[in-house]
Amino acid sequence: MGAAPAARDVTSYGMGLAAPLALFFLVFFVAPLLQLFWLSLHNDTAGLHWGLGQYLHFLTDPFSLGVLGSTLLLGAEVTAVCLVLGFPIAWLYQRVGPKLQTVIILIVLLPLLTSVVVRTFAWIVILGRQGIINATLQSLGLIDTPLKLLYTQFGVVIALAQVQMPLMTLPLITALGRIDPNLDDASCSLGAGSWRTFFRIVLPLSLPGVIAGCTLTYAAAITAFITQSLIGGGQMLFMPMYLYQQASTLQNWPFAAAISIIFLLAVLAVVSVFTTLGRMSRGYGGA
Amino acid sequence: MAEAQGGRSLVVDAVTHRYPSGALAVENINLDIKGGEIIALLGPSGCGKTTLLRIIAGFIAQTQGRIIIGDDIVDALPPNKRAVGIVFQNYALFPHLSISENVAYGLAARGVDKTSRQREAQRLLELVQLPTMAERLPRQLSGGQQQRVALARALAIKPSILLLDEPFAALDKNLRLDMQIEVKRLQRVSGITTLIVTHDQEEALSMADRVAVLSHGKLEQFGTPSDVYDRPQTLFVNTFVGSTNRMPGVVVSADRTAAKVRLDAGTEIIARPAGGTLSEGGRVTVCIRPEHLQFVGDETGFAGVVGMSLPLGATVVHEVTTADGSGVKVSQARIGETRALESGAAVRLAPLAPSLANAFPATL
Ligand SMILES: Nc1ncnc2c1ncn2[C@@H]1O[C@H](COP(=O)(O)OP(=O)(O)OP(=O)(O)O)[C@@H](O)[C@H]1O
Ligand SMILES: [Mg+2]
Repeated sequence: MGAAPAARDVTSYGMGLAAPLALFFLVFFVAPLLQLFWLSLHNDTAGLHWGLGQYLHFLTDPFSLGVLGSTLLLGAEVTAVCLVLGFPIAWLYQRVGPKLQTVIILIVLLPLLTSVVVRTFAWIVILGRQGIINATLQSLGLIDTPLKLLYTQFGVVIALAQVQMPLMTLPLITALGRIDPNLDDASCSLGAGSWRTFFRIVLPLSLPGVIAGCTLTYAAAITAFITQSLIGGGQMLFMPMYLYQQASTLQNWPFAAAISIIFLLAVLAVVSVFTTLGRMSRGYGGA
Repeated sequence: MAEAQGGRSLVVDAVTHRYPSGALAVENINLDIKGGEIIALLGPSGCGKTTLLRIIAGFIAQTQGRIIIGDDIVDALPPNKRAVGIVFQNYALFPHLSISENVAYGLAARGVDKTSRQREAQRLLELVQLPTMAERLPRQLSGGQQQRVALARALAIKPSILLLDEPFAALDKNLRLDMQIEVKRLQRVSGITTLIVTHDQEEALSMADRVAVLSHGKLEQFGTPSDVYDRPQTLFVNTFVGSTNRMPGVVVSADRTAAKVRLDAGTEIIARPAGGTLSEGGRVTVCIRPEHLQFVGDETGFAGVVGMSLPLGATVVHEVTTADGSGVKVSQARIGETRALESGAAVRLAPLAPSLANAFPATL
């Protein structure tokens, strides 16, 4: 058999269609990344001596490790805040009428529709010493001296959480929307209360959305240069700003390159932990 | 078997439900169901069957009326306190839990310990003849098997009432028959009061002790399958349950048990006045089922012209056009060599017996 030429498989497309994107990716992403990696393998700023000195420096320097640690922690905190606040919104979205759904979507998307700089300055106005929060609390007589909100970890987390909220809420809305509403009813009729239904049915089945939302929020939060630096101010240093200082101010390109690579690997590690956690729970494979 | 405990009675007392959007889904429904009965809720799409089921289960709070299970008015109880088992049309198995976890879910919610739970789940899976599937996920089962799991899951909580929403709609014909027999067997064994929602009249007539026929949210008739089929109280029931010929006519004379009607097709027949007495001279619609009409050789009955004959397995259905231009169907059992009727042949038709025709006041 098989003398006749094999019929062309109509479901496979020529790879040619993907070529422009692949080329773009190669030129503007893979090549710079390789260059960055090449640069990070030099011990001196001029890039003449090969060696792992930059990595050794970073990994043995408590200050650098501290910056990495606080950045990863910041991401975790922002992600946690977004998840805790975003889940109820997404849950609510699936249970209200179409009119309220539009309102919720608008509120969720609003941060995406305003410029990041404007949003960040708004937070400065809200959190500042004479800002809205302090002014209100003082006029109510609840506090005597203004609270320090701006230039604190708390301030950065809150501002970032607001900015990244859509990245968490939208995947959650999609995931919750895929759950058959009859499952809620089935669980309830079998005698389960709302909390059991939530933890045994809704949460496991929404896990793909939780994973996607957490990954996006986390990645966006730790790389949010503008918000981090404006709300965090001079005292708080996170990886993006640290990198910027090394490259731009100190002109230490090899060290900046090593920082980027380490940062990249750290982020990849955290993201793959998210994904593995999701795979391990059976809700993820369930379709 | 172990679980014959006799189901509890269920009373639907003057229940009306209007959705917030304004749709009046069910209107003043009264059902008095004895413990252990199988009841079919029969009606066309959109007549309020699912709504009524969800009211009984407690997912919807009715606008008016009461639901009474056994001696208790349950209106204030949430679904998880009603002990009502429900099997959804799409089964609604938990996709991320194994079959045995699905079946044991209700027991876990009741705080039954793990070993007893698993033992009970296994026992139920044997009851529905799926003992080897315990570790699979729902999507690894066929539709019929998922159906059985859904049933086992609902039975696990030993409900006092079992509700089935179009349980067989998604199954092919042979499997549907198997499952109908299976459900009836399980119901007999457990004695649980059971309500089956269906829009398939054969299913309703074959499975249920009594059938409730609904139309546009109203209860048209609630009676035994033979009541509903042979003594329909409304024109709707007569036409929805089984097939029927509707023939217009005028009442010649009538008392409570029989009416003489002059059909527009050109003969006088005796019909049962269904749903109240008829007034002389009033227009009526007479319903005669195709299997209750016969061809007659003499000059009795009414005349017609054969249009088409369809051999349908055990019966042959003839389409006949009457003198007034309306069409009637005649169904003949296929006994040996049935007389072949050519298209265009002139024939005469008459009912097999007078009590088989039902006359309803014509609605304008
Ligand atoms: N959530 C709802 N909001 C408003 N109206 C509804 C809602 N659910 C159902 N209805 C309306 O109530 C009526 C009865 O619906 P129901 O689902 O009870 O019908 P059904 O008899 O189960 O039909 P089917 O056989 O198609 O399942 C319909 O007219 C429907 O449009
Ligand atoms: Mg329905």
